[in-house]
Amino acid sequence: MTPADTLRFASRAALAYPLRTALMVLAMAIGVAAVVVLTALGDGARRYVVGQFASLGANLVIVLPGRNQTGGVNAGSFVTSTPRDLTVADASALLRAPLVTRVAPLSLGNSEISVGGKLREVLVLGTTADYVDIRNYHVAAGQFLPREDLGRAAAVAVIGDTLRRELFGNEPAVGRMARIGDHRLRVVGVMAPSGQGLGMNTDEIVIVPVATAQAMFNTNTLFRIMVEVRNREAIVPAQREMEKIMRARHEGELDVTLITQDAVLGTFDRILGALTLAVAGIAAISLAVAGILVMNVMLVAVTQRTGEIGLLKALGASGRHIRLAFLTEAALLSLAGAFVGFALGHLGAWGIRLTWPVLPAWPPQWAVIAALGTALTTGLLFGVMPARRAARLDPVQALMKR
Amino acid sequence: MAQIELSGIERIFRLGDSEVHALRDLSVSIEAGEYVAVMGPSGSGKSTLLNLLGLLDRPDAGHYRLEGRDVTTLSADEQAEVRRARIGFVFQSFHLVPRLTAAENIALPLMLAGVAPAERASRVERALKDFGLESRAGHRPEELSGGQRQRVAIARATIMRPAMLLADEPTGNLDRATGQEVTALLEALNAGGTTLIVVTHDPSMGARARRQLLMEDGALRQDVRRADAAATAAG
Repeated sequence: MTPADTLRFASRAALAYPLRTALMVLAMAIGVAAVVVLTALGDGARRYVVGQFASLGANLVIVLPGRNQTGGVNAGSFVTSTPRDLTVADASALLRAPLVTRVAPLSLGNSEISVGGKLREVLVLGTTADYVDIRNYHVAAGQFLPREDLGRAAAVAVIGDTLRRELFGNEPAVGRMARIGDHRLRVVGVMAPSGQGLGMNTDEIVIVPVATAQAMFNTNTLFRIMVEVRNREAIVPAQREMEKIMRARHEGELDVTLITQDAVLGTFDRILGALTLAVAGIAAISLAVAGILVMNVMLVAVTQRTGEIGLLKALGASGRHIRLAFLTEAALLSLAGAFVGFALGHLGAWGIRLTWPVLPAWPPQWAVIAALGTALTTGLLFGVMPARRAARLDPVQALMKR
Repeated sequence: MAQIELSGIERIFRLGDSEVHALRDLSVSIEAGEYVAVMGPSGSGKSTLLNLLGLLDRPDAGHYRLEGRDVTTLSADEQAEVRRARIGFVFQSFHLVPRLTAAENIALPLMLAGVAPAERASRVERALKDFGLESRAGHRPEELSGGQRQRVAIARATIMRPAMLLADEPTGNLDRATGQEVTALLEALNAGGTTLIVVTHDPSMGARARRQLLMEDGALRQDVRRADAAATAAG
């Protein structure tokens, strides 16, 4: 029997019992579709989170005041136990590190903005001209903060897109005056709509020069400092340089925390990757169930076609012929189920993407290959026993069955 | 050397505690081209004998030499090969594969033997023509009459040009006229040189054979050769 003949014979046999075949294919399809959809969901979540973090900038180091790590005793620890504040001077000092390209000090506070009788609560962010480049934001109209001395409290502001709509409507906002707290500031730019993001949403904030913000909130401390280093590879050495600078400026004590995107990213990536794997494992159980169903169906097929098996033996079919024919049938059923499930799974993933456009719910390649592979393997594995049983049938007994 | 030589064949079936001697000390030889009817009451061992001759069953004792070769000691797969090449079966209930067309049923042994599709097609076509089934090639068994079904079965049994044809009650499921038609077909094949061994209850069919083996309780009671049987068959 040539392989083509075996294939044709097996497919004809499968098609001869349409309902049985359809149910079998459906069971296998559900298993595969479950794996595809669930991994798409898991991996989509992972990609979403990772993407959000990556959008903050891959070669970014964030400096926070305070230290969340136990260090040894040093000179500084006898002087004071409270962490020193981060100041604008710290930010300027960090810019002097050779591997650092840009620095943006951040000062944050709540205030009110009013324009022509319209008033609303608003988050005010004090920073510098470099912030827009570090965060990859875009200015829709006008320009971002002017590049000037960090200590200069210019009376300018850049507003978010939602604020522009709410306060100015269809009129141009650039050049207009707005009152923020007790300060009158000129609007010099409008941020482009930022969309949904894990990081800060610029739609509803007012960005002012850092000195202006500090004056507004009567403080000279910073919320944090964002530092952009030359490239990804420079992150670790730059971190060391920055730690040295901060230690020198803070009386020998390292009372700041440096966070890199890579560390956060890697952790999330690992956690969500493991989650996806777990979900895939759960879905794979349904594949095992489908495999047992294949076995059951094939065992029934052997009983149903006992007479036929007897006849084939009488016509000179060897045990191998019969084993192969039944195994091929089981493989065909699994394969058909796998492909239908693959299509169903992609349909489901597409539906998820349609419902939640922010979630990039694409099933990962490994999951698709694993699902198809598992389907075929279980089908074959569970097909072996029925096929062997068929091959071992006694021809005389088999022929007596009708 | 006879085509078929059975010597001292024993076949015992165990049903629970009791043993049934289906064949006891059976020795018989059949020449190539013979026309043999195996007759006897039910349970006399006719079918067991036919299964042994067709290598579907193995004897518990004794030797079966087919064309000079001891086939009792062959492995299952080697026996399958002998069946494929040398033996054709015709069953009372036809045993056609219901989902395959007449042509595909006839092609089954060729497929199992791995004959190339092109040659297969031409041989099946010739067989369909020889057995008057050309118009039925694409029909499934359920769309065929009993006589046509048995003709398909005989075409399938002979497509490999076997040395012997084993028929188990080939007319048992057919009406008289169709039965005679099928008998004539088998006899024509026998006239062409194929050894024909028929198991039958029907005395009139048995009477047409040139040689009759009468079985009783698993043993051979009578071995009758009729000189004039050839004339009867011809008429």
